[in-house]
Formats: sequence, C-alpha cells, structure tokens
Amino acid sequence: MKRKILGSAIAAAVAMAPALSPAATTVSDGIVKLGVLTDMSGTYSDLSGPGALEAAKMAVEDFVAKEKPDFKIEVVSADHQNKADISANKAREWFDTQKVDVIVDLVTTSTALAVMKVANEKNRISLISGAASTPITNEQCNDTTVHWTYDTYSLPVGTAKAVVNQGGKNWYFITADYAFGHSLEKNTADVVTKSGGKVLGSVRHPFPGSDFSSFLLSAQASGAQVIGLANAGNDTINSIKQAKEFGITPKQSLAGLLMFISDVHSLGLEATAGMYLTTGFYWDYNDETRAWSKRFFERMKRMPTMVQAGDYSATYHYLKAIKAAGSDEAKAVMAKMRDTPVNDFFAKNGKVRIDGRMVHDMYLAQVKKPSESKYPWDYYHIRQVIPGDEAYIPLSESKCPLVKK
Amino acid sequence: MDIFGIPIQALMGQLLIGLINGSFYAILSLGLAIIFGLLNIINFAHGALYMMGAFFAWIGLAWLGINYWVALIAVPAVVGALGMLIERTMLKHLYKLDHLYGLLLTFGLALIIEGLFRYRFGISGESYPVPELLSGGFNLGFMFLPKYRAWVVAVSLVVCFGSWFIIERTKLGSYLRAGTENPQLLQAFGINVPLMITLTYGFGVALAALAGVLAAPVFQVNPVMGSNLIIVVFAVVVIGGMGSIMGAIVTGLGLGLIEGLTRVFYPEASAVVIFVIMGIVLLLRPAGLFGRER
Repeated sequence: MKRKILGSAIAAAVAMAPALSPAATTVSDGIVKLGVLTDMSGTYSDLSGPGALEAAKMAVEDFVAKEKPDFKIEVVSADHQNKADISANKAREWFDTQKVDVIVDLVTTSTALAVMKVANEKNRISLISGAASTPITNEQCNDTTVHWTYDTYSLPVGTAKAVVNQGGKNWYFITADYAFGHSLEKNTADVVTKSGGKVLGSVRHPFPGSDFSSFLLSAQASGAQVIGLANAGNDTINSIKQAKEFGITPKQSLAGLLMFISDVHSLGLEATAGMYLTTGFYWDYNDETRAWSKRFFERMKRMPTMVQAGDYSATYHYLKAIKAAGSDEAKAVMAKMRDTPVNDFFAKNGKVRIDGRMVHDMYLAQVKKPSESKYPWDYYHIRQVIPGDEAYIPLSESKCPLVKK
Repeated sequence: MDIFGIPIQALMGQLLIGLINGSFYAILSLGLAIIFGLLNIINFAHGALYMMGAFFAWIGLAWLGINYWVALIAVPAVVGALGMLIERTMLKHLYKLDHLYGLLLTFGLALIIEGLFRYRFGISGESYPVPELLSGGFNLGFMFLPKYRAWVVAVSLVVCFGSWFIIERTKLGSYLRAGTENPQLLQAFGINVPLMITLTYGFGVALAALAGVLAAPVFQVNPVMGSNLIIVVFAVVVIGGMGSIMGAIVTGLGLGLIEGLTRVFYPEASAVVIFVIMGIVLLLRPAGLFGRER
C-alpha cells in the first residue's frame, strides 16, 4: 500500500515536472561528479593544490545556492604528483569506476596532455587551469578540453613587450630543462625579437634545481640587460633570491616569465620589488575580485593565485552549461560552454574558442616596493590590461586540427 | 685568455661556486660518514634534519627574534638533541639487524618530518635574510663574491677539518674508531659505548642542522630542500668510501668543483655528473676512493 502511494506520488511528480521546469536535466547516473586532479603536495601545491580543490568546492556551493539545479553535484580529489602516468591512471579509474564527469585543474603540461587524451577517449571533459604549455590547445587540442587561465604564449606578451619597451633590449634566458621551460623560452624569445629586442643566449638548468649561482654567473657574463627566468615555482624563487645575493640585480634586471602571487608572497617584496609579470587574475583588481578573494582567504588563509581563481570560474561555467544544455553529455556541454560568454569576477566577456582556449584579458603587473604595500597581500600595481585577442595565439596561426581554415 | 672557448675569468668564477656547493656537500657527507662509521646506520633522515635546521633558524628569527649568530650554535644543539632522542628511542633497537632496517626507519622518519613541515609551511617555503654583517660582497675582479658565501666556505673548512682532527688525532677520536672496529672489546675497557653511540649520532645530526642554518640565507627555506640534496650527498659518501671521514670531506669539495665545471661546459648534465662518477668509482673501486676493502 505504502509503496503504491509513493509510486503514484512519484508518477505525479514526474508528470508535473515538465510543466514546472521545461528543461529538466538528464544527468548520467543522477549525479555530476567533479574530479579535482592536481599537485596536492609537491612543487606546485601552493599555487594550485588544496586551494584548487577549495575553489572548485566554492564554485559548486555557489552554483547550488544561486541556480538551484535539479541534479546532485559531488567533488572528489586526488594528487597527481606531477607524473603523467599516475594522472592518466587516476583519470581512467575515475571515469570507469567512480562515474566522474569532468576533471579540473591539472598543473603540469605532461599530466594535462595525458589526462585530456584519456578524457577525450571516454567522452569526458577536462578543465585545465594549472598547466601552461600551448600544445594543449594547439598541436594536441581536442574537442573536450578547455584551457582556462593562461598559457606560455600569453605570459611573455605582457612581460617581454613591456620590458623591451622600457629599454631592456638584450635578453639572456635561464631555462628549466623540460618541455614547459623550452616552450616558454621560445615564445618569449619570439616576442622579444618582434618587439625590437635581441636574445644573446640561454642556459638550461636541470629541473628541479636549488643552486642557480653558476647559471646566474653565465647570465651576468653575457652582459644582457634582462635575464629572463623561463622556469617556475621554487626554481624561480631561488633564482631571484640568489641573483640578489650575487649583486646581479639591480645592475641587470630580472623578468619572471611565470610568477604567481604565492611566489611573491614567499620571497617578500624586498627581493621582488619592481619586477614585471603577467597574470590572468589579481585578487585586488576590483570590488568583484576582492569580494571573492576574501571569501577564499577566509577558507585557505591565503589569497588565491590565478590558477585557483581560474578553477572556480571554469567549474562554475561548466555547471551552468550543464543546466543550460539539460544534459551532462560532454559534446552538448562543450557546445553550451562555447556559446555562452564567461562573465564573472575572473573574466569579462571571456570566450571558449573551438580549439579549447578560453580567451580573456590578461594583466601586466609590477611588484610594489615594500613602502608602497599598505596591507597584507598588497603586492601588485596593475600596469596594463592586455586584451584577450592579443594575449592568445590567433586562430589564424593555430595548428589545432579542429580549426577550419 | 680562453680555455676551451671559456674565458678564464668565467671559469674561475664557476670553480669558486663549485667550491661553495662542495662545502655543503662536505659538511653533510661528513655527518653521514661519522654516523655510518660508528652506528652502521645509513641515515636517510639526514636531508630532513638539514631542512629542519634551516627551518628552526627561520622560526627562531621570525617568531622568537633569535638572530643568525645565536641560531648557528643553538639550532644544531636543539636538532642534535632531537637526534639523540631518535637514537635512544628508535635506532638503538636496530643495531643487530641488517643495514636495510636502519635505512627504512630513517627513510620513514624523513618522510614524516618533511610531511609535517609541508603541512604547516606549504611548499614555497620562507625567505631567510642574509645577516647584516655578511651582506654585500667582494669584487674579485673576475666575479662578485658575496661575503656570505665566503663565510660558508670558511665555516665548512673549519668544521670539517676540525672534526677530522678530533676523530683521527685525539684520544676521544681513538675511542670512536675503536668502537667502530670492536664495540664489545671497548666496552670491556670500561668505556660507556651506548652513550658514545648516542653522542655520535647527535653530533652527526648537529652537523646536518648546522649545514641547514648555513644554507638558510642562500636557498629558499622549504620542506623539500633536504630531499633535493640528500641523494647527491649519498653519492658523495659512496664515492668517498662509506664511513671514511677524510673521504667524505675531500670528495664533497671535489665533486662540488666537478659539478661547477660541468655547469660551464654542459649545464644540462650537471645533475647527473656526480652519479656517472659514482658508477665509475663503484666499478673500479667498490669500496670508494678512500674506503678500505673489508
């Protein structure tokens, strides 16, 4: 008897549902499951890691509160240890046994390339925020990947151009000896020469390194005005610290080609003052960014990096697309994500292109002097806004097979 | 004047930097060699203890206002005491077992210590300023030598050769060496061998912590700074000959120089050159350059 009443109640609810919400979402397995796959404990865990997971969770909470979806959402996470094989295996396991629908973050190029391939095979989506290299949306692009926050093409567009225009014509590179470093060095060298500068040489250091003094000495001997640091994380931090020790700065100036606010925070303004860097997000840019970042700070006790802010923005946009598409099938969601402009605290009129690149404005920042910093995490002057169309590879130069020419 | 296309001035600079890095290798491998010599323990926690030394120096400065000079003495004492605690409570149960058990235990300890610091401080770490008295540098003509780096080399040489002198040339040292050869016999002469072992481990650990304090102003103080270094230092000990004091010191400095030269001629290989040498030495002289075949 009980069952019968329950049955008819459900039948009635089902019958009524279309009348109430014309596009009830059909979600596979009745749940949308997000997998945050990132570096939870290694070199990149401060710039993404636990903060990336928290950002994704915030996006889910905000989405549920605001959009009141008719489907359930769950977040799981794992440490990919920056290894391609581990991340590919984890992704496979998640897709096959845990019903994960989308993978968020992915902080090294090698892991990103490995996972986006697996996801594409299984018709699932990858929302990449942490990884940097351009092949993700160029040579190796696919139709279920979105690259959200920045890439190695967009970084030098701001920094290298600005530095050359300020008179820093001669460059020398200290480059991390792996795919990311090479890619960043090449992209930067292109911008330097195009802007009328000259590249005098480069030295490649093993990754990860700790003592950079010999490489700095080579850079010093080159007589270049600008030493470009084509590395990241602790390698950049140690390079900057030791450049100061060896009296290289301020005679020659340093350009950090990939620097996060977490790096500046840990080095302190004394060592970094005056440096230019390009970023996809700065917490103290306007009221909207401040409001969100302060909420993030409440939870993590650190201000968000661009990667973490990008994770939030990507996750929210993805969930909105599911609601709009009325389905969590990857191709349908991707179509909606491309059709809908991204408008939130992170991006204004951002656009997901056919190659998977999310095009949005980037910012040229200069690190403040200690005397100019008025409150905690008050680190950057935003010197210039770089329009999205200038910041990313134009589709006309794209090598992505999805782009029809 | 050029040597193989490299200006001699640049070469001198790189050699000097090699010597500086070699100083760190020497202090760390000396500690390892002393511990292995007497305790037969392959102390994999050495890198973590070095990191702890650097962090304690930073904590002292940032939280308690203890300056560099005090830290230079106090931190090795504190970390050394901690080492003795580890020896008393854990390591002493393993002496009768195979080397492998000590290695596994200390490796586990290293992971735990590193994990705790990573949890508390994050991966990017903290910056320790160069002490006022040693900031700035000397212009040597061929390079700018930061005063602090010169200080590191000086301290390292004094500590290393001081330790060598104590162990090889004093009565106390003779007890230590006797303990290495035959602990039972030494005990029979009325020497408190267990106490000596504890103190030796404490001393080895204190050396690691001292290297940590010395490194704090040079490298970013972060939880993985030890694990980046420890493998190289082990290679140094193996090349020098396990347990050989002079071997550890000379190979530490020498390999620093070789690494420095590699960075001039083929920088990409600078991370592996030490291991290539290790391979060759193990093939030709399995006991190491200064080790004795047993």
